[in-house]
Amino acid sequence: MRVLGIETSCDETGVAIYGDGEGLLAHAVYSQIEIHARYGGVVPELASRDHVRKALPMIRQVMEEAGLAAGDIHGVAYTAGPGLIGALLVGSALGRSLAWAWGVPAIGVHHMEGHLLAPLLEEPAPEFPFVALLVSGGHTQLIDVAGIGRYRLLAESLDDAAGEAFDKTAKILGLPYPGGPELAKLAEQGDPGRFRFPRPMTDRPGLDFSFSGLKTFTLNTLRAELAGDGDPQQTRADVARAFEEAVVDTLAIKCRRAVRETGHPRLVLAGGVSANRRLRARMDEVMAAEGGRTYYPRPALCTDNGAMIAFAGWQRLKAGQAEPLGFHPRARWPMETLPPI
Amino acid sequence: MRLLAIDTSGETCSAALLCGDALTQVLDFAPRRHGDLILGMMARLLAEAGLALGDLDALAFGQGPGSFTGVRIAAAVAQGAAFGAGLGVIGVSTLAALAQGHHRATGQGPILAALDARMGEVYWGCYRIGAEGLAELDGVEAVAPPGAVRATGQGLWYGVGSGFGAYREDLRLALGGALAGVDPGRVCEAGDLARLAAGAWRRGDVVAPERGLPVYLRDRVTAG
Repeated sequence: MRVLGIETSCDETGVAIYGDGEGLLAHAVYSQIEIHARYGGVVPELASRDHVRKALPMIRQVMEEAGLAAGDIHGVAYTAGPGLIGALLVGSALGRSLAWAWGVPAIGVHHMEGHLLAPLLEEPAPEFPFVALLVSGGHTQLIDVAGIGRYRLLAESLDDAAGEAFDKTAKILGLPYPGGPELAKLAEQGDPGRFRFPRPMTDRPGLDFSFSGLKTFTLNTLRAELAGDGDPQQTRADVARAFEEAVVDTLAIKCRRAVRETGHPRLVLAGGVSANRRLRARMDEVMAAEGGRTYYPRPALCTDNGAMIAFAGWQRLKAGQAEPLGFHPRARWPMETLPPI
Repeated sequence: MRLLAIDTSGETCSAALLCGDALTQVLDFAPRRHGDLILGMMARLLAEAGLALGDLDALAFGQGPGSFTGVRIAAAVAQGAAFGAGLGVIGVSTLAALAQGHHRATGQGPILAALDARMGEVYWGCYRIGAEGLAELDGVEAVAPPGAVRATGQGLWYGVGSGFGAYREDLRLALGGALAGVDPGRVCEAGDLARLAAGAWRRGDVVAPERGLPVYLRDRVTAG
């Protein structure tokens, strides 16, 4: 079975084709960063307007790259939530209609399940059960994964998502949108010994996260230090480094706890922030010390993409799940409500 | 000639099949349920006529103006279904369909169609009924405050669409004696889109599916 996957939940248009025993046959992502940069954040209406221009030409493109014609594709998967409702509607309407016209089944995929399963596209793939850390601009969640559709939420952020904290702190540091990756770059030049920021909510039991206080702490530190007479550029780099260390360390402490609580020696990292090099390195150390192992997708599959949607959809279509003749995306959609396969 | 037309631009959801001169239409009042209904309507019309999607000559859709999300649903459904079936698409103005609907129901014309665009504005355009009995745009379609709406020529015009409900007095003042009557309750229907699409098809105005894009008229969507 070959499945076409379409992702349009936020500011990236992603299209890919995944097949049995063939793996990923073609995959394209178009990022709208330039459209939203001048507004300092994603403008939902502009995102939707761009998806409806880009998605179908990209479907043509990946089908050509894979050398496939209409009859060669046996199912269509599209992101049905969570995300920006207008943006989700474009991919859902397009994907569901295309499946109808082709006479093949369609499936609406949960965006975070797409991220969570993306590491299964790599070799070696993690075996179930495992602990997953989903870290992106919209989510910071620890999940006990017993199988596909068998998810137990262990913890989440009580305020800002980790990626959101990265982006907002980058803005405080005067870095261009979207700031997360820029902040990580700046942190490379930072002195790890100059500042030590708090590790929020690690001094008490439990797995939940909170990052908004850390952002405020960063702002106050930066203001105080820039009022002094040090090199302001070095100070920014040192602050970026201390912030990144604090986030990475906090995530590592909570992941170690989750791994010990569940007894699963496998930790999966997924979502945009999982592309962060320092986070990956720290989690590798933590899991080596726990006698386990960390799994994460290649950087291109950490950020939003169609490959993870094609793959998650393929898993569910192969198990016989499919949508009725209609599309009904959801801005909010708890992952624990997904059916098991 | 066989055309299937769809509209999801407002609070109704409709589909229509035009085979030669025979028109069948389904329409439902369905705010925010377009995604649940539209494909089923299309499938039902085709099944009742014993046709497959691939038997059509083209797919037509209400390209706007209207609800941004609504016109995008129509465009994306038309794109997906047309690409999947190897068809071309025809984007038809929802304002022209309002004018066509009024002429179909009353025989009257010319028509000034105006839709409530919120934010103190209307989407509007002037239509004259051409030789084929089809509404033809006179001038351009635009988004503007109701006070700026003008008929494009002398004579009496019929005011049609939700703009005449939301801004009845403003539009009466702006148009003065040019207004012969108003029908604020008329909505866009897929059957009228289909009739207009047939005219477009005869002229060869059919495009590749990915060029079937919404026409929003309002392009300033950020505060900046």
